[in-house]
Amino acid sequence: METAGAINRGDLWLVIIGLGLGSFALRFVFIGLIGNRPMPEWVLRHLRYTAVAILPAIVAPLVAWPAATGGHLDPARFIAAMVTLIAGIYLRNTLVAILGGAATLYLMLWLVG
Amino acid sequence: MSVYENPPATASVQSAFWQGMRDAAPFLLVIIPFAMLFGVVATEAGLNILEASLYSVAVIAGAAQFTSLQLLSDGAPVFIALASALAVNLRMAMYSASLTPYLGAAPLWKRALIAYCMVDQTYACAVVAYEKNPDWTLQHRLSYFFGVVVPICPFWYLMTIVGAMIGSAIPPELALDFAMPITFIAMVAPMLKTLAHLSACIMAIIIALSFAWLPYNLGLLVAGLAGMMTGAQVELMMGRRA
Repeated sequence: METAGAINRGDLWLVIIGLGLGSFALRFVFIGLIGNRPMPEWVLRHLRYTAVAILPAIVAPLVAWPAATGGHLDPARFIAAMVTLIAGIYLRNTLVAILGGAATLYLMLWLVG
Repeated sequence: MSVYENPPATASVQSAFWQGMRDAAPFLLVIIPFAMLFGVVATEAGLNILEASLYSVAVIAGAAQFTSLQLLSDGAPVFIALASALAVNLRMAMYSASLTPYLGAAPLWKRALIAYCMVDQTYACAVVAYEKNPDWTLQHRLSYFFGVVVPICPFWYLMTIVGAMIGSAIPPELALDFAMPITFIAMVAPMLKTLAHLSACIMAIIIALSFAWLPYNLGLLVAGLAGMMTGAQVELMMGRRA
């Protein structure tokens, strides 16, 4: 029985296959096609900063406007993020920073709800 | 300094694999709830378990899966669902470029496998470890990468199935929505060692927040590119002064 708004099976499979192939193409485009060919120095210079640019850019909106609190800045989450950042910068230890951030988050959620 | 007096302190290739697994383990806190949620949302949208799990196997990218499924449920045309989700995934091309200097020498089939497994978490672990261990050989880097994949990709599939089967996600009170910000901040913070890295990070954050209104996650790409350009420029300026 067809329910209202049910997804057409042909559309679904087109999206699954198309998105699978398309995502693979995006992931493969440089590592697969350039491979071991040398890249110009200016490209390498930009690539050195990919991680420190894109990962904070993913995280910043999640910290500023968490969906879990309706998109409003949440003191518990914000302070947990800051503790993680400071611990990570000073201790240079990812696991300790994660544990510190998680402990702060739960402590703050317990304190301020 | 002679090249002979300091042989590189290379750990064994196997230990790089185990290190990869250990480094990726905290991401289980991100992968498990996110994948379960996809399973739940997919069954609510009328997909059966096979369809939901093949979605995760074919795509392995949470945000793109949610975007496309949402658009399909809303009755959007296939082209719109595909284009929107691929736009969300454009950052993967940046990951691909970023890892090429480290892994480009691997055989084609391994590069294809790496490309398939390249998600936010595997990329983040790999790039941090490669920067920290410049003496690693290609074998170490490959071994590390596939170590990282073990707790991430199989759990992405498995927990999608679990979510689809039990039909309920991890309760929001556990605040696992914030596992992703905490793990990423904890990985990036130790990388902020030079003024160039710090400037790239700050610029990316400012642009990401100012351009968050752009559709399809495109603000993220603008922010990433702006951060990379900032880092490269500051590196040049500092180099000239030195």
